Amino acid sequence: MTRASTPAPLLEVQRLTVAYTRAGRSYDAVRQVSLTVQQGESYGLVGESGSGKTTLALSVMRYLPRSAAVRGGRVLLNGADLLTLDAKAMRRIWGRRIAFVPQDPHTSLNPSMRIGQQLGEGLSTDGLDQRQARQRALSLLADVHLPDPPRIAECYPHQISGGMRQRVLIAMAISREPQLLVMDEPTTGLDTTTQASILDLIRDLVRRRSMSILYVSHNLGVVAQMCDRVAVMYAGELLEDAPAARLYARPLHPYTQGLLDSVPRLGQNKRRVRLRGVAGRPPSPAETRSGCVFLARCPLAIDLCNDAPTLFETAEGHTARCHRWKEIEAGSADPRQPASRKAGPPRTPTIGREVLALQDVQVHFPLRRSLADVFSRRIRRVRAVEDVSLSIERGFALGLVGESGSGKTTLGLTILGLVERTSGEIHLLGKPLPSVIAGRSPGTLARMQMIFQDVDESFVPTMSIAEILRRPLIRLSGSPPDEASSKAISLLEAVHLPPEFADRFPSELSGGERQRVAIARAFASKPEVLVADEPISSLDVSVQAAVLNLLNDIQVVRDSGLIFISHDLAVIGYISDVIAVIYLGRLMQVAPAAEIFEPPYHPYTEALLSAIPLIDPRGKQERIRLQGDAPSPVDVPRGCPFHTRCPRFLGNLCKEVDPPEQRTASGGMIRCHISLDELKAVQPRVFAFSSPVEGSG
Amino acid sequence: MSASQGGRSRFRQAVAILFQQRSSAIGTSITLIFVLAALFGPVVAPYGLNQQLTSATFQPPSLAHWFGTDQLGRDVFSRVLLGARDILAFAGVGTLLAIILGATIGLFSGYTGGVVDEIIMRAFDGLLALPAMLLALLLLASLASSDLSVIIVLVVVYTPIVARVVRSVVLSVKELAYVRAARLQGEGLGWILYRAILPATYPALAVEGALRFSYAIFLIASLGFLGIGFQPPSDNWGMMVSDARQLTSAAPWALYFPAAAIAVVVVGVNLLADGLKRIAQTPPDPRS
Amino acid sequence: MSRYLVRRLGFVVLTVFLTSIVIFSVIQVLPGDVARVILGREAGQAAVDQLRQELGLDLPAPVRYLRWIADFVRGAWGESFSLRTAVLPLVARRLSNSLLLAAVVLGLAVPLSVGLGVMAGLRQDSFLDNVVSMGSLALVGLPEFVTGLVLIQVFALQLGLFPASSSLADSSGLGGKIAQLILPSLTAALVLLGYLARLTRAQVIEESGKPYVRTAVLKGLPRRTVILRHILRNALMPTVTVVAISFGWLLSGLIVIEAVFNYPGLGSLLVFAVSRRDLPVIQAISMLAVVGYALANLSADLVYAALNPRLRLE
Repeated sequence: MTRASTPAPLLEVQRLTVAYTRAGRSYDAVRQVSLTVQQGESYGLVGESGSGKTTLALSVMRYLPRSAAVRGGRVLLNGADLLTLDAKAMRRIWGRRIAFVPQDPHTSLNPSMRIGQQLGEGLSTDGLDQRQARQRALSLLADVHLPDPPRIAECYPHQISGGMRQRVLIAMAISREPQLLVMDEPTTGLDTTTQASILDLIRDLVRRRSMSILYVSHNLGVVAQMCDRVAVMYAGELLEDAPAARLYARPLHPYTQGLLDSVPRLGQNKRRVRLRGVAGRPPSPAETRSGCVFLARCPLAIDLCNDAPTLFETAEGHTARCHRWKEIEAGSADPRQPASRKAGPPRTPTIGREVLALQDVQVHFPLRRSLADVFSRRIRRVRAVEDVSLSIERGFALGLVGESGSGKTTLGLTILGLVERTSGEIHLLGKPLPSVIAGRSPGTLARMQMIFQDVDESFVPTMSIAEILRRPLIRLSGSPPDEASSKAISLLEAVHLPPEFADRFPSELSGGERQRVAIARAFASKPEVLVADEPISSLDVSVQAAVLNLLNDIQVVRDSGLIFISHDLAVIGYISDVIAVIYLGRLMQVAPAAEIFEPPYHPYTEALLSAIPLIDPRGKQERIRLQGDAPSPVDVPRGCPFHTRCPRFLGNLCKEVDPPEQRTASGGMIRCHISLDELKAVQPRVFAFSSPVEGSG
Repeated sequence: MSASQGGRSRFRQAVAILFQQRSSAIGTSITLIFVLAALFGPVVAPYGLNQQLTSATFQPPSLAHWFGTDQLGRDVFSRVLLGARDILAFAGVGTLLAIILGATIGLFSGYTGGVVDEIIMRAFDGLLALPAMLLALLLLASLASSDLSVIIVLVVVYTPIVARVVRSVVLSVKELAYVRAARLQGEGLGWILYRAILPATYPALAVEGALRFSYAIFLIASLGFLGIGFQPPSDNWGMMVSDARQLTSAAPWALYFPAAAIAVVVVGVNLLADGLKRIAQTPPDPRS
Repeated sequence: MSRYLVRRLGFVVLTVFLTSIVIFSVIQVLPGDVARVILGREAGQAAVDQLRQELGLDLPAPVRYLRWIADFVRGAWGESFSLRTAVLPLVARRLSNSLLLAAVVLGLAVPLSVGLGVMAGLRQDSFLDNVVSMGSLALVGLPEFVTGLVLIQVFALQLGLFPASSSLADSSGLGGKIAQLILPSLTAALVLLGYLARLTRAQVIEESGKPYVRTAVLKGLPRRTVILRHILRNALMPTVTVVAISFGWLLSGLIVIEAVFNYPGLGSLLVFAVSRRDLPVIQAISMLAVVGYALANLSADLVYAALNPRLRLE
């Protein structure tokens, strides 16, 4: 297809520059960005935090925060520049021609207005009367597959779940048939299974109504599944722009390549593949730079890169902002070469020996809201963890995967003694472990440590890195203070941080650097067991790989047991030797890493695998979607806790009877009424990549 | 040395924010001027507090007597200047004690939780249900009139407020990763409270401290005006105002200047508190 | 909703109970020997002991508390030490005067301050906003007696528009009484105005920045709808509570203002009683203030619960 024959584009952003002013200084958040969205096209904008992608989206909406200002450029919708319009003119465009779907469904609806009213009020501005608006609102709620629209319309936002609220927001956005939907991370923060059905919904709606989308996300998989064309942003600039299939198959910018190599593909495992990632820290908006924005982190940088590259048209419809794109295309400059030759960790683990064993661990919390509840004895219980038995071996990684509310974090905290267990036994190195920290000796505390999810909250902000690392050495390992200082430096070296960092404060470090310090702190007391609770999910994609590799290397070298908690089955599959799938506090399946990706699966595992957006636009996936939301751990269903949503639900048996733990040949477990042979017979392999992934299986 | 660089650049940023907005710059300057007056007032005041210039009664403001003189020939400027020390010292000591006590109770109560927390907080609810001025009068009716009583009043009135503020910060951080990490490190209660949690309350404490300080001045002046808790002759500005009420036609300046001193310092410290709130809400500079 | 209200009612009752203990201990325990306070330093020990017995001061504190609170509930408020009259009628007359003043103040200050706060909050950093923010801050900082004296100076002494003193004597007639109400209520209204306008403004600004407002704007709704249906509906909900909480603030202010204007309310009576250490009068007024504060809080809870669907549907 040639340029001349394409119809007039719907949206054109031309050389847009947006700057923020803070404390009297001005930072460019978006610099000279141009992009084009065609009629009916889904255009993905990928970037990490600080890349400027959300600012760009809000500029398109003409809704920038007070501290931001457009410094140049145009935003053309059907050829008319939105940036020249006043608020009154925009009101005729908002909702009617472009609509916005925000990231956070919890705060994006008015808490004191009924859903039906909120949906209807936009329609009323189009001249619909009360009754018509209500009729239309009900049919919209049905369009987004919400059950029982009349009831939902009468609800206030707090009465429905996050996934349902996001559907309401989508219904609101499409209610007046706009030409363009601007979506800012619309599924971030939702569970994987909920995300999958929301993405299905968006795809179907857009196809049926031939709307265009500008889809902003940090998630490479979601964009791969949703978009026809994808652009990559970094530090306010657009680095590469290409049709999705081409971008994922043949990325020409080193940053795009780095991003794609930062996340494990479904089915990859650390024992066969080493992630490459991107070196260095993400750029800060305050940096002033000349030359290529990616220069500081680029493995292929040469002198020429000190001159800022332009966007080179490398092929019809594929542009890349790199001086060396030709060499990259020809394969003579390949950033992946040196990394893949580097020796990974030892590939065969030492023969496992049990370090930690859980026997029927149960954790219930009383749900106490006020003193009055105590007196009236209306205490309900949250059944967070129910009869979990597991064992962790030295040098091995156990992956614990589950959605929000599954009890996975509670289980981790219970093992560490931060949460009291209701019943059950835990043994560390064969000795029974007291339930809470207060009962554990410093020697025991030293043997078990934790890495936390939120890197911003992992350290006392007023303590230097040296002090942070010295504390566990002094408290747990009994090092004398002067020795602790030198040991702290060697800990920094172990996590590949320069010794100068000892004098810095947490706020001066990037997220990835902070997580390295957290790893150093956790390993300071030479623990036998390490619990890592979502250690990479708050990090930017490009630094996730380095942290994952580091964690993995140290764990293997120190020969400690690792419990890795995550909602992401691809990451869990990569890091773990054994995987446990948890749902409503119950282990549904336990299996060696390779086995979890092959039938027979537990039906819940099957649905999870189907819900993960593959980082491959041409990858194939069975479509298995769960109905509704996970029940609250206060009202765990009888029988099999999964029966309310199970796609392979049998009937009363699942409702009434606790399913048996079926053992697999490899020592795994599936908790299901359907026999393993039967499961294997009816279950397909859930996913397949377009080309065989290196080392998968 | 780079160890203190984080702190130093944060301090510089804070000062920049404080002086960037006109209102908080004014507030900070006013506060500083009054603190200087409190420190050096006795050195620079031209006349004594109760020194009577019998030849110069009812003098309007002039070069010799900037704020004029009253019916006894006392120099109003000197009286106002000398009054700064006591009122600022009372307010400062009372506020400081309330902050120390309130922070300690808030830290302990919030972190421990449970029944102890419930009892402490309900008791404070009981205290806070009494308007500040009423509680102050109640206490002063029962205690002997003395400087100590005034300090006790300030501590009783403000400790619950400070404790509540600190407790709410504690509740928001006590489940955070760094507190959990400290527990996993085997740190004791004292270390966790004072090394790990306390720093998180500094911004709120700074704002609260400035606010309480300004209301303390306000309260002391009002009590002086009512003639409760202070015995004449006193250098309390409120009492000066009340003494000068019968002079409104003969020497209105004797009323205006002490009244203005109270108003200016209270508004000034309030503006400073506003600026501190803005600092607390501004995230640290992006890395450069 | 009923669950919520029961909880709030329990909370209020508990608070009143605890506060009454505070008042009891301050009045009965702190001063040491009440009998000595009554009789004065020169009285003989025998007379003091006899009075102690009459007053039941030799009983243990919990028993005294129960008697005391029972007396209060029954309306047996005792006799004023200094005025030698029954406390109840004295306080009742003063209470009605204070309530009148408070009602005028609230009527003046609440609509004005909410209006100004909303306008300033909606036009953040505009000229109006700066005037309102700075003005309200200055008003909050000014002690009531300073504001009152300035108003007296200008409107009573210079312009002669209103009387400087507000004794509400029957001789002044209805018109005179109304004129006497103006300056004290204006003084209190100004103080309250600063406080409420600041809080309303902050609330409006906070709500305006919330994501649901963005959702409303990007629906293409008219600005009026966004403001009325979305921002104000949520911003004014907490303001209702604040108005109730400001009752305590108002009470503090009224104590001083009544003294400035010689207004015959509870506040000036309290100041008089404190200066004479007239404990029965002090405790009666304190208890009344606490009950009033509790009722104000409870009514705010009711209104808040009626407006907030989260609580209404609980």
